[in-house]
Amino acid sequence: MAFRSAVITFPGSNCDRDMADALEKVSGTAPHRVWHGDHDLPENLDFIALPGGFSYGDYLRCGAIASRSPVMQAVISAAERGVPVLGVCNGFQVLTESGLLPGALLRNSGIRFVCRNVKLRVENAQSLFTAGYEAGQEISIPVAHHDGNYYADAHTLDRIEGEGRVAFRYVDDINGSARAIAGVLNAAGNVLGMMPHPERAIENAHGGTDGRALFESAIKGLVGA
Amino acid sequence: MKVRVHVSLKSGVLDPQGRAIHHSLEGLGFSGVNDVRAGRLIELDVAETVTDEALDDMCRKLLANMVIENYRIEKVAA
Repeated sequence: MAFRSAVITFPGSNCDRDMADALEKVSGTAPHRVWHGDHDLPENLDFIALPGGFSYGDYLRCGAIASRSPVMQAVISAAERGVPVLGVCNGFQVLTESGLLPGALLRNSGIRFVCRNVKLRVENAQSLFTAGYEAGQEISIPVAHHDGNYYADAHTLDRIEGEGRVAFRYVDDINGSARAIAGVLNAAGNVLGMMPHPERAIENAHGGTDGRALFESAIKGLVGA
Repeated sequence: MKVRVHVSLKSGVLDPQGRAIHHSLEGLGFSGVNDVRAGRLIELDVAETVTDEALDDMCRKLLANMVIENYRIEKVAA
């Protein structure tokens, strides 16, 4: 069965082609490309990806305007029906702004834009997105962000940690994120937001392939390939 | 009707921008600045028919992120 995925493009998205390329290379099927102004998504999607970039120029707050765009209403209802949604970098910011994930992403504590490979520790290897890793495994994935400092109040942090919803943590602090959180799942486990870019680590030419297992496990879990 | 919406980070939320401004002020030789917090001012020009409730709704739904920010609505005399 062909894998039916969609990549959403907002004005200012700049990792949408990388995301589409990763999904096509790993699944063998090119994703649908969906524009922010669309009110409907293609039917029977297996997977939705919100890519990185600077949607709407990061005006107001990163991801704030994108999270209120027409297509996000359709993404939110799909997520509530259980369709897997992956948000990377700006996509993660859109997911927190839309309320699909808890918390918010603030300016990096060191002020600087951080762009390099970082070590992540896989905290939860049971989710749809992370089942291809081992719990505690360290992987190398690129980051490129200015506003990746994950924040939530202590009560929320305790809750998401207690529920096993921290998917990835930074091994070393790069941006001041609360409890070194790099990736968070929603309560149902079908929405993952993360600042690092797994789509930039899927083939040798990228300098590493540690991101590939994320797409492989999601696709395997969904279509049983 | 002119309305100013003042958006500020909640206390306890780290403000790297405020910290950088603080640092820069010290670099310019200004002493006695204890802390700096940076916020955002949004000016709206709205019809007289827009209710307080609607303004509040605008703040909660878009102008402020209630996870990290507080807002204050100020009506400006014309």
